[in-house]
Formats: sequence, structure tokens, C-alpha cells
Amino acid sequence: MHPLSLYFHFVKLRIRSQMEYRLSFIVELFAQASISVIDFFMIALLFNRFKQLAGWSLWEVGFLYGMIGICFAVAEMIGRGFDAFERNIVRGDFDTILIRPLGTFYQVFANEFLLRRLGRIAQALVVLLIANSQLSVQWSLTKVGYLLISLMSGTCFFIGLFVIAATSCFWTVQSIEVINIFTHGGVFMGSYPFSIYRWWFRHFFTFIIPLACVNYFPALFLLGKIESLGVSPIGVQLAPFAGFLFLGIAMLFWRWGVLHYQSTGH
Amino acid sequence: MIEVNDLSKDFKVYHHRKGFFGSFVNLFSRKHRIVQAVDKVSFTVARGEMVGYLGPNGAGKSTTIKMLTGILVPSSGSVTVNGYIPHRQRKENAKHIGVVFGQRSHLWFDLPVQESFELLQRIYRIPEAAYRQNVEAFEELLNLGDFFRTPVRQLSLGQRMRADIAAALLHNPDVLFLDEPTIGLDVVAKARIRQFIQRINTERQVTVVLTTHDLDDVEKLCKRVILIDNARLRFDGELTALRRLLSTERLLSVDYAEDYPDVSIPSAHIVYQEGARVQYRFSPEEISAADLIGTILRKFRIVDVSIQEPDIEDLIKTVYEDNLMLERKLTEPVSGDM
Repeated sequence: MHPLSLYFHFVKLRIRSQMEYRLSFIVELFAQASISVIDFFMIALLFNRFKQLAGWSLWEVGFLYGMIGICFAVAEMIGRGFDAFERNIVRGDFDTILIRPLGTFYQVFANEFLLRRLGRIAQALVVLLIANSQLSVQWSLTKVGYLLISLMSGTCFFIGLFVIAATSCFWTVQSIEVINIFTHGGVFMGSYPFSIYRWWFRHFFTFIIPLACVNYFPALFLLGKIESLGVSPIGVQLAPFAGFLFLGIAMLFWRWGVLHYQSTGH
Repeated sequence: MIEVNDLSKDFKVYHHRKGFFGSFVNLFSRKHRIVQAVDKVSFTVARGEMVGYLGPNGAGKSTTIKMLTGILVPSSGSVTVNGYIPHRQRKENAKHIGVVFGQRSHLWFDLPVQESFELLQRIYRIPEAAYRQNVEAFEELLNLGDFFRTPVRQLSLGQRMRADIAAALLHNPDVLFLDEPTIGLDVVAKARIRQFIQRINTERQVTVVLTTHDLDDVEKLCKRVILIDNARLRFDGELTALRRLLSTERLLSVDYAEDYPDVSIPSAHIVYQEGARVQYRFSPEEISAADLIGTILRKFRIVDVSIQEPDIEDLIKTVYEDNLMLERKLTEPVSGDM
């Protein structure tokens, strides 16, 4: 249990140092929450005019929005080490990670924790709960478990993207900006039902970058919309595992990147 | 304790194109040249020894240390530290070594020193009793008390270095690697850190490998030195032997009456030339001081002349500047490692 208790010790230290400036912390927490409220307000405005989007109502889209928002904010909170990895490489701090008797992935992961993302998590959660109260989802234990797994999967998916961006620093020093298309862009895209997108786009974000697997398909299942589309129900139920797989592949890529660093030194 | 055999490291240096299009081409083009950073270096260090690993910037010192600590994988040759192969058993090796980089801290920037130490205690799983004992000892020897609760980012360079060295020793490592531990410090801070390293070495039998280009560090701390230059091992032996071997060389400074375009003298090397002031290096075996001055007087008019025995700093500079002389004079009698 050593790695786990050590992880929580790291998190405790991070939280303590971020709480040092209490006022600025609280201000930022609220600022983040209110900025993202405006986000959803935009979607609501759209629906005010069109009422429906590819057969989805406002609150169904709100459900999608809430799910992806939670996943991304949690990923930013706990995956901050990879998100901010670029400066490690620039400062040459990766050497100090290699002299410790712990894995490199573990150390980078444990080293940062962005508590103020709680603001965004709360906002997305509120949207999800309101959306749920307006919909008539028949919740069962299976469905709650499925939702939790989907949320974890989505978080893993975004962390996987951060890991890929971080790993690229071993070659390019600077983080590749392209990844923002998938992270921030992913949150935006994931806030709308995938059926509105083009064929190649849907397939790319299902099989290559499995964004749809962690958000759209789980929502289809939870909101009871599978029947209305011609997709395989088993495929939809298994879809969330793509997020875990994606993180696994990203971790392999990380290992390869570390080996590259150890043979080139930069 | 440390065994290094024919250790080599070469880097591929890629040709980088500039601009947006250039960086795109960089992704696909593999144009590179190979740079030898360390070339067939061999040495062993016994338990409890303190060795100075010297060389000018870019000689390959840091690259060697990085291979000994498991940061880099060697291109060829072998390394063992404590019986571990650092790059294969990185984590195992890390438990038994301490590393300090003078250029950067290995502590957590925004944590107070004390919390950094407690974190290290957990990372290395240091038993509470051993931890207490070490912290107390280091607090006293290094005066950590003054800044024990200050965040690392607020420490002065000297304080930071003391904290870093103490941190690297918390888990009672068998080997301590110090990469430029006194760089940028003032005289008092340097003296304190040297004293501490000395004590750790003698009292705890910690093996110390020290890279530096501050020769004071070496004179105060190390009996044995290893010289590396241009990726190659140049000398491995006692500091006194190095001094003896080189002390046959002397320096002659001459102030000429005017700027002569060519002041070269056979069998004497020009060390530096600044206007009318010229310094020669010569070996009394080849030419006596009297003959040398005589030759100069016959050719030029001079204002002043003086002869010096070179100090160690100059000696080592000489070594780096003239490898031919060194290979001829040093490698055979002292070490068979070339």
C-alpha cells in the first residue's frame, strides 16, 4: 500500500500549499465555476431557438455536457503533472525524477494536484444533476455503476491525452499544441450528440481517439436512446473500456519516451 | 564499489531547421552527426574513497555521472555501482546512492525544507529512528535550523546547497555523487560544505565522487583525481603524483619593449599573449631558464621577465591545452588506462 499512501501524502502537501493563499484560491474557484456556467448558457440559447438537435432535447445535451465536463475537470485536477510537464523538461528536472527509487509515471502523476478545478467539477455536476431531474431516466444499480465507470473512463481518456502530449516533450521539448484540439476541443465536441457530425469525423473520434466511447455512447445507453440508432447495444455497453485502453496505450508510449530520454539525455 | 569498464556514450545531434516549415521537415529528416561524449573510460572506486572527477566544461563529466546514476543508458561498456547496473536497475540503484546537482535543486520548489525531507523519508522508506538521527546530525553540522521551515524557492544558493546535500544523505546512501557542489558559492559557504563532505566521508565511510572545476575543492578533499578531457580519460592517480609529474614544467612571463608580431621561441610554448606581455611554458629538461632567456634577449628587447612554478590550476589547464605532452608524460608511468 506504500504507493497509494505516498500518493495521498503528495496530494495533501499540494493542497496545503495551494490553500496558503486562501482568498485567491476561493476567488479562482468561483471564477472557474461561473465561467463554465456561461458555457452551458450558450448551448441553452441555441436550444431556445431550435428546440431539438438531431433528436436530442436540451436536457439530454445537458447530460452529455455534464459528463464530459466532469471528466475533463477531474483529469485536469489529478493529471496536472502531465499537463504541465513541458516545464519539467525545459528546466531539466526530469533528471531528478530518474534518481528517485520510484517509477517515472508515478512520480509525474503524483507531483501535481490542481485543487481549484473543484469549481469546474462542481459546475458540471450541477448541470448533470439538473439535466437528470428534467429527464426520466430509470436509475438502477447497474446504471449508476455504468455511469461511474464511464466517468472514470472519460477521465482516463483525457489523462491519456495529457500523457501523450507530455511524452512528445521528450522529442520536441515543447509540448505539441495540436493536442489541445483533442482536449479542449474534445470537451466542446463531446457536448453535442455525435450524430450531428460527418461520417469520417465520427469514426475518427470513436476508433482512433475514442472520445465518443467515453461520453456519447454511454449517454446513449443511460438515456435509453440506443434503439433509436442503428448501433450494436453490446458495443455501446463495452464502449467505456476504450478510455482505459487509451490510457494504457498512452502509458506504453510514455515508457518509450523515457527510454528515448535515457539514451539521448534530452 | 564503483566499476566502470570501457564506458562510452555517443549522442546523435540532429541538424535543426528553423521556421515553421523547417520544424515540419525536422520531423522526417534524420540528418545527424555523432558526438562522442564519453569514450572508453575505465576506472574503479573503492568503498569509502573520495575521488575528484575533473575536466573542463563539455569534457564528459556530467554524462559519466548520469550513467552512474541511471539517468542515461551507456552506448557501450559496463557500469556497476554497489553491484547494481544503474540503467537496468535504476530504482534499486537509486535507494543506495545520493545525488546532488549543483546547478539545480532536487527538492520540491514550493515546499519547506522540512516537508521536503519528510517526503523523502516516505519515498525512501527511512525508518523513523534513522531519519531523526540524520536530521539532527545534519541540522547541527549544516545549520539547517535557520531555514528549516522556509520554502526551498526562498533559500539562498548556499542554503539551498546545504539542504540539497543533507537531503541526498537522509537515506544513508553508500555512494554520494556531487556534481559541482560549490558552484556559485562564496568562500565561507564553500568551506562549510567541504568540511561537511569530509566528515561524511570519514565518519560514515560514504564513497564520494565529486565533479568540479573548482580545484580548491579537489585540493581540500581528494587524494585521488581522475581527469577527463574530450571524452577520454587522461589521468587517474594521486593528486600529488599529478603535481609531481607536471611540476617540471615552468612558466616564463616576459614584457617586451614593443609588440612583436612573432615571438615564438623553439622549445617553449606560448601560453598566452596580450600585446607586449607573453607567457611561455617550458620544460627545464629541454631548455634551461638561462638558455631560454638568452635566446629571447638575442631576438627581442625586453622590459621585464619572471619565472613561476605553476599552481595546480595552471597545471590542469596545461593538461587540457596540450594533450600530446600529457599523453607522452602522464599515461605511462601512472596509469595503464589509456
